[in-house]
Amino acid sequence: MRGFTQAQEALKVLDVENLKKTYGGPQGQLAVLDGVSLWLEAGHSLALMGESGSGKSTLLHLVAGLDQADSGDIQVGGQSLAGLDEAARATFRRSQVAVIFQQFNLIPSLRVVDNLAFQARLAGRLDEAWLSQLAQQLGLSELLQRYPEQLSGGQQQRVAVGRALAVRPPLILADEPTGNLDENSADEVMTLLLDLVQQAGASLLMVTHSARLAARLDRQMVLKAGRVHGSEW
Amino acid sequence: MIRHCAWVLHTLLSHWRRHPLQAACLLVGLWLATALWTGVQALNSQARNSYDRAAELFAGGAQTVLLAPGGQAFAQDHFVTLRRAGWPVSPMLRGTVELAGAADTRRLQLTGIEPLTLPAGGAVEAEVQDQTSLQAFMLSPGLTWIAADTLAEFGLEVGATPTLVDGKQLPPLHVVPGLPPGMLLVDISQAQRLLDQPGMLSQLLVEPAFAADLPPLPDNVPLVWQEGGEADLARLTDSFHLNLTALGLLAFVVGLFIVHAAAGLAMEQRRGLLQTLRACGVSLKTLLAVLLLELLVLALLGGSLGVLSGFALAALLMGDIAASLRGLYGAQVAGQLALDASWWLTGLGMSLLGTLIAGGSSVLAAMRLPVLAWARPQAWREAQSRAIRLQSLLGVTLLALAGALVVWGDSLLSGFALLASLLLGAALLLPLCLQTVLRLAQRRPAGPIRQWFWADSQQQVSGLGIALMALLLALSANIGVGSMTEGFRQTFIGWLDQRLSADIYVRPQDAAQAEAINHWLAQRPEVSAQLPTWELEIRVEGGPTQLSGVIDHPLYAQTWPLLEAISDPWPPLSAGEGALVSEQLAFRLKLSLGDMLTLDTPAGPWPLKILGRYADYGNPKGQLLVSAAGLQQRWPDQPVSGIGILASQQNAPQLASALRNVFGLGDSRVIDQAALKAYSQTIFEQTFAATAALNTLTLAVAAVALFTSLLGLADSRLSQLAPLWAMGLRPAQLAALSLAQMLMLAAFTCLLAIPLGLVLAWCLVEVVNVQAFGWRLPWHWFPRQWLTLVLLALLAVLLASIGPAWRILRTGPTRLLRSFAHDA
Repeated sequence: MRGFTQAQEALKVLDVENLKKTYGGPQGQLAVLDGVSLWLEAGHSLALMGESGSGKSTLLHLVAGLDQADSGDIQVGGQSLAGLDEAARATFRRSQVAVIFQQFNLIPSLRVVDNLAFQARLAGRLDEAWLSQLAQQLGLSELLQRYPEQLSGGQQQRVAVGRALAVRPPLILADEPTGNLDENSADEVMTLLLDLVQQAGASLLMVTHSARLAARLDRQMVLKAGRVHGSEW
Repeated sequence: MIRHCAWVLHTLLSHWRRHPLQAACLLVGLWLATALWTGVQALNSQARNSYDRAAELFAGGAQTVLLAPGGQAFAQDHFVTLRRAGWPVSPMLRGTVELAGAADTRRLQLTGIEPLTLPAGGAVEAEVQDQTSLQAFMLSPGLTWIAADTLAEFGLEVGATPTLVDGKQLPPLHVVPGLPPGMLLVDISQAQRLLDQPGMLSQLLVEPAFAADLPPLPDNVPLVWQEGGEADLARLTDSFHLNLTALGLLAFVVGLFIVHAAAGLAMEQRRGLLQTLRACGVSLKTLLAVLLLELLVLALLGGSLGVLSGFALAALLMGDIAASLRGLYGAQVAGQLALDASWWLTGLGMSLLGTLIAGGSSVLAAMRLPVLAWARPQAWREAQSRAIRLQSLLGVTLLALAGALVVWGDSLLSGFALLASLLLGAALLLPLCLQTVLRLAQRRPAGPIRQWFWADSQQQVSGLGIALMALLLALSANIGVGSMTEGFRQTFIGWLDQRLSADIYVRPQDAAQAEAINHWLAQRPEVSAQLPTWELEIRVEGGPTQLSGVIDHPLYAQTWPLLEAISDPWPPLSAGEGALVSEQLAFRLKLSLGDMLTLDTPAGPWPLKILGRYADYGNPKGQLLVSAAGLQQRWPDQPVSGIGILASQQNAPQLASALRNVFGLGDSRVIDQAALKAYSQTIFEQTFAATAALNTLTLAVAAVALFTSLLGLADSRLSQLAPLWAMGLRPAQLAALSLAQMLMLAAFTCLLAIPLGLVLAWCLVEVVNVQAFGWRLPWHWFPRQWLTLVLLALLAVLLASIGPAWRILRTGPTRLLRSFAHDA
């Protein structure tokens, strides 16, 4: 595959090959992803950039197992997503990946502490010590008994980061995680995210509009009209 | 896996912890729906249990009996004759007695039996098989067998020997399980003593196998066969119970609207949560299972409360219902509720089923949406819009079905199917109607606020649609049933005035007393006329029918309320050539003016021409009015049943009092016109008391549905109002606009509810009443009643809207600003 050595193949946590996805609309079929291929090594990070409608979020959703591709293959940790049924995809989402959304998507009826532990509990791998460390590093220790609506946007996104990392998945997917935050908060959340991803030994695939934030990741890739337009290795 | 599901359930339930009022509304909906349904079912179940106990008292089922042609008492020699001829018959004497100084002044049915010859089976078989019990029953002083509930209702004790109003004493009381309520069972000799009818019997029970072929009777035994007996009661009261069931079902459906509204809103508010759960790896199957489990938990909670309240509601209404059934049908129904486990389980089952129907659609709608679409509110709105289109299509189909049922329906069940299709069809079309009206209103040129008002109201219809449907159903049911009841009340009172033209009514105890009363009255100067009647019950084409013989007197021609008749029907009636027929009998036998009806009489067939049709409201049995002379000719042993006395109104009370004193007649045997009217009206009021209570509750349920919906929408409402606030509208203006919007939507719904209610009233009067009771009511309009109901409904809406409007009024800038943050 693309001339990689066997050792390099073994290190890949994400391998996307020739991915295609179209959506039906009033103007007929629209190709959102048109043969996208990319890979990500374990412990590394990749920023996915591009204009609105370029297919970044769709790609992220497909990698997260939230949606299914029309063709092509996605392998996460050597496991192919092609052909997985809904239940298997749910198991995959629970244990292999964690998604950080731009809208935070916290559970409004649960306290911060429960939100942090939420996915880890679902995956059956709740590590209280790790959770406590995360809360401390994310500056949430004093806010654990609060509900999401009682937090600022930056604090809510830190909870979302904590929830994703608590499960210690091999791959973290972030969809414009700082899109709703001011520059200072965004930098702060980004620093925490990168530090903690490194501590967790996870890989990070992040969709962003910000070239400044993208530059902080190991690699950058640009999507345009559903195709990989350019990348820095 | 269990821990995994438990955690998901915990997360879903956390929504209710954060929104306790919404949870309370959902539970209130379930509670009310289940309470009203199970309450009505408890009433029906209690009554049916009483009929079954009466029907299965002897030989374990509908009993075929022999009785005198006119139903009067006959000499027990006939019993002896038949026994000697080898007939397996058993004697029975029936009458009513009143206990002296009892807590309940109702009359009890006293039945005398001869246990040794009783047909096998039935409730008393165990006692009859027990030698000790049998001896105690038959030997002096004997026993009075009584049901435990009757004993409790009358405040009696086992072993007591209660005294009757005439001073006689009952044998000691002994409880026998399975006896019908309101019945005292004694040995035949005791009954003859207590009822002052020595050597007389009312009927002979016949061994079912022997009676199957109705063998011909010996010539010297002038008795006739009667099949079915007590089973008639269940048949006659079927309509009454079906009406109650229909009302209970309506209340249940309206209650479920609340559940549907609350569950739908909870689902809408949890769209994000569901998306997050899916994104975090909860499978669709797990989510579906847990959502259903959540519904189950809520159903069990609300259902349990509902079943308990249903029991309390039934206990509250049982007295009125029992009195109605006694007054209308002579049915004895235990006034104390005793319900078996199946009733409780069925109640909970209905609650579960209702919750699944009401909440299941939201769950399924959520399941059908793809995981990513959940994030887009537009997807939900699109789904709602599709649902409205589908609903409207279903509504049109149901209305078409209702039209078809008007044309082709010919049974009570089809009548109720018509009501259900009409109500449900109209309710389903309501959102479309409202949106059309609002769209038209929006087209009128207006300022920005007005434009926003109409446009935003259209948006509100999808969220409030269910609650407005509940309001439409409740209000139209109130208008429809109210019009029918009020129309009935006016017709009934006018009809009573005409029908009860005599000043005093006397029921002599026997033929000799009737003769004595006749002589005594003839010598009283204040008596201007006596109108004796001979009444007996016969079967015409299989159904129980009252035959009433009247003398030739001009008062009948002047006052008898005829619906239609040939010109001058009274001379041929007096000549015994024809009969007037009650409306319900004419309907049942499809009789028209001029038709011939032939009665089987002991003296041979009696051909009668149908001379006219008269209203006989409230009588479940058909009635034929014939010439007294013709009746006496064919049933010579039939004694006078009653005497109507025409006297000056001033003298009527003294005359009634004198009759009671001279002939030792109880209050129930001498009754003046005013008392009889009051009694009839009391039965009428009791009959509709439960209807009125259920109707009012249904309207209350609709108000709760609105409150629930408004409460559920309150959060999203803030983000919709925040831009207006940002553009310069004060919170007070926003609150007033919201309130006005609600009242406007409710007012449109009320406007639609009036014609729907009138169509419903028409269906009740022209279709359901005719099928259920055989009579039709004249049509009346009650605009004041509609106005009152509409104002009441608007008041309920206002009360339900004040809370959410107050919340908008009290909302500070911080909260409104946060709405923008959430919009981002």
